[in-house]
Amino acid sequence: MARKVILCRCEDVTLADVQHAVRLGYTDVEEVKRYTGFGTGPCQGKECLRGIVAAIAVTAARDPSTLAPFTSRPPLVPTELALLAGAGAAPPRPPKRK
Amino acid sequence: MIPDADIAIVGAGVMGLALAYNLASDRRGSGGKRIVVVDGHYLAWGASGRNGGGVRQQWSTEMNVRLMQESMNICAHFAKRMRINVWMRRGGYLFLARTEAAARRLERNVAVQSRCGLETEMITPGEAQALVPELAVEPFVGACYNPSDGIVFPWPFLWGYAHAAAKHAVAIHTSTPVTAIARRAGGGFRITTPAGTFAAERIVCAAGAWSPEVARLVGASLPNRPQRHEIMSTEPLKPFLKPMVTVSETGLYVSQSLRGELVGGISLPAEDDGGEVRLGSRLAFATTMARALVSLMPRLGHVKVVRQWAGPYDLSPDGDPIVGELPDVPGFHVVCGFRGHGFMMAPVVARHFAAYLSGGRPHEFLSAWSPARFTAGTPPRAGGGEEMFIG
Repeated sequence: MARKVILCRCEDVTLADVQHAVRLGYTDVEEVKRYTGFGTGPCQGKECLRGIVAAIAVTAARDPSTLAPFTSRPPLVPTELALLAGAGAAPPRPPKRK
Repeated sequence: MIPDADIAIVGAGVMGLALAYNLASDRRGSGGKRIVVVDGHYLAWGASGRNGGGVRQQWSTEMNVRLMQESMNICAHFAKRMRINVWMRRGGYLFLARTEAAARRLERNVAVQSRCGLETEMITPGEAQALVPELAVEPFVGACYNPSDGIVFPWPFLWGYAHAAAKHAVAIHTSTPVTAIARRAGGGFRITTPAGTFAAERIVCAAGAWSPEVARLVGASLPNRPQRHEIMSTEPLKPFLKPMVTVSETGLYVSQSLRGELVGGISLPAEDDGGEVRLGSRLAFATTMARALVSLMPRLGHVKVVRQWAGPYDLSPDGDPIVGELPDVPGFHVVCGFRGHGFMMAPVVARHFAAYLSGGRPHEFLSAWSPARFTAGTPPRAGGGEEMFIG
């Protein structure tokens, strides 16, 4: 059986990567995010955060309730530049009735 | 327990870590040079972990061009020397100018850069479009391009310096805010943190936009002020954008990292945050940046933004950095005021500042950027005349 366990699919971060980061002393979610790059892809942590926190907790022997998630950044979902570019412009006028 | 230090560095950003590494590996100081780095947060929490990773040699003063040529050279060998992948890509920097005045400024600066041996060239908007086919070049009257500038991914740079410093016996204490600094009779300091107190013969404050807060602990007041800048990142795309593209008039910059994402920012009208570092994200940034980017490269309309965040520029009154010993506090040095360019300048500034602190010859930036220029009674000056700032 393949032993490679992928925890963050966007950035291709494996369980071994997380364990390596913890062994170097990076045991907070923000530190592991920066060391491995997990959570910085299109899902922004929505898929991978729980799995990574569990891996940190087990590897670092930390109580999971002491591990805060990383700061959530806008936008809430990936948003097209064109949509943002149109935001704040005057709303289109409703068509006039004839 | 934090060990006593010959030099305590406050701030574990790229400047503090690079300085620690250079001090600890400087042979002149070998044998008993104890270096401690303390920081209130984790590595990459501050501006060193929040910037766009641009490293360019296109500046307008000869000193800055030459410094950045040296810094680029350090960056180019960093991965091999530090054994860490910093995702460096040298696709060049393209500066675009909308007005004749801005184009003339670029022309002047290109002349300075040529004297320093850089390959920068003025190019026409058409030639810029050949370089970046997605560009809508109608608004531009001139451009310049240097092919050897580039970008790095900032985070691993910090791990590289931190691991190398630790190998040279530097003690790095993160999540350790300095809460008080007492000056000892006869010289030196006692530094208080929640993890204990320790003594330091000298202190270097490398806390970026937070430097005034650290200096206040020794009763000194620094004239620099923080200014919030925001930045965004898109979903990863296939490689298509070769250079970092910047627009002189708006402060827009955008590059494609080796990870595939577009990373960029733009200046918003300056807002007075009352001297406080503010890191909130604003919708006004997202919409301003999106409008500017879509008009610069209309094909990007359907590209999705995945994240925006903010970091502080650290602005001195004359735009030049502040590096050296504070005249009123012997033994207390600062290395701050880099106006959003501290990351790319850190490798070279730290190298020369460390050499000076170890007893070496002072680099000319130490007189140009001396904190003494802000002491009362010193006539104000115009600064070094650097004009190639982005943002």
